[in-house]
Amino acid sequence: MSKQKTVNRYELMEKIQMVDFALVDLTLYLDTHPQDSQAIQQFNQLAVESRDLKHVYEQHFGPLRQYGASYSGYPWNWKDSPWPWQL
Amino acid sequence: MWYYEKKLQYPVKVTECNPRLAKYLIEQYGGADGELSAALRYLNQRYTIPDKVIGLLTDIGTEEFAHLEMIATMIYKLTKDATPEQMKEAGLGAHYANHDHALYYSNAAGSPWTATYIAAKGDPIADLYEDIAAEEKARATYQWIINMSDDPCLNDSLKFLREREIIHSQRFREAVEILKFEKDRKVFF
Repeated sequence: MSKQKTVNRYELMEKIQMVDFALVDLTLYLDTHPQDSQAIQQFNQLAVESRDLKHVYEQHFGPLRQYGASYSGYPWNWKDSPWPWQL
Repeated sequence: MWYYEKKLQYPVKVTECNPRLAKYLIEQYGGADGELSAALRYLNQRYTIPDKVIGLLTDIGTEEFAHLEMIATMIYKLTKDATPEQMKEAGLGAHYANHDHALYYSNAAGSPWTATYIAAKGDPIADLYEDIAAEEKARATYQWIINMSDDPCLNDSLKFLREREIIHSQRFREAVEILKFEKDRKVFF
């Protein structure tokens, strides 16, 4: 409970959305510019950042990713609300 | 296969219940140049497009499903508290009679989504030009909806989606150049 108070769900989600957006955009860019080593370096750095942010988010608010890409707590909490459109 | 993530690609906030705006937004849910059409169009073209651009079609097609979820969230939030009377006043009386507050894949005028919105010619240049046109039409639709909307929160999300159409169009134009370059190389050798 005390942990939940110190982490703002919306702020953390927004950070994840920012990093993941950069990853989406870099993915499309690299699909047509596969030899831009600077962009690849940026992509790999952001991939680490995204993984770390999601790890923190999931410790407070439950799994983000389906089918084993995230770990489950007990009891099974993947199916728990809120879903993205309910936030 | 695909993995779902409990996260919208970009935040969707609405200022107030506004079924009139939702009616317009349905165009981008189940309309000809909407996000459902876009996702299905690109993912379906992947099987016969040259290997060099399969990755791009896969990645843009996948992003379109994230946009579809954003549009659904907008429509859901704009209508969830609307009374039948408000739905009727907003021009959603016919929708309410058939679907209550459920979402449905139709265009803003109520015509159900149809596969005829999607082209798959099997010719890579024809297909990619179709995709570029689709992105430009979607960009224009977002602009027309923004022009009619007075909800600043919603417009923020709509501007994000409008911007993505521009990027997708740009990437498809680059894909055309990549294929042209490949073709020219084959002629010379």
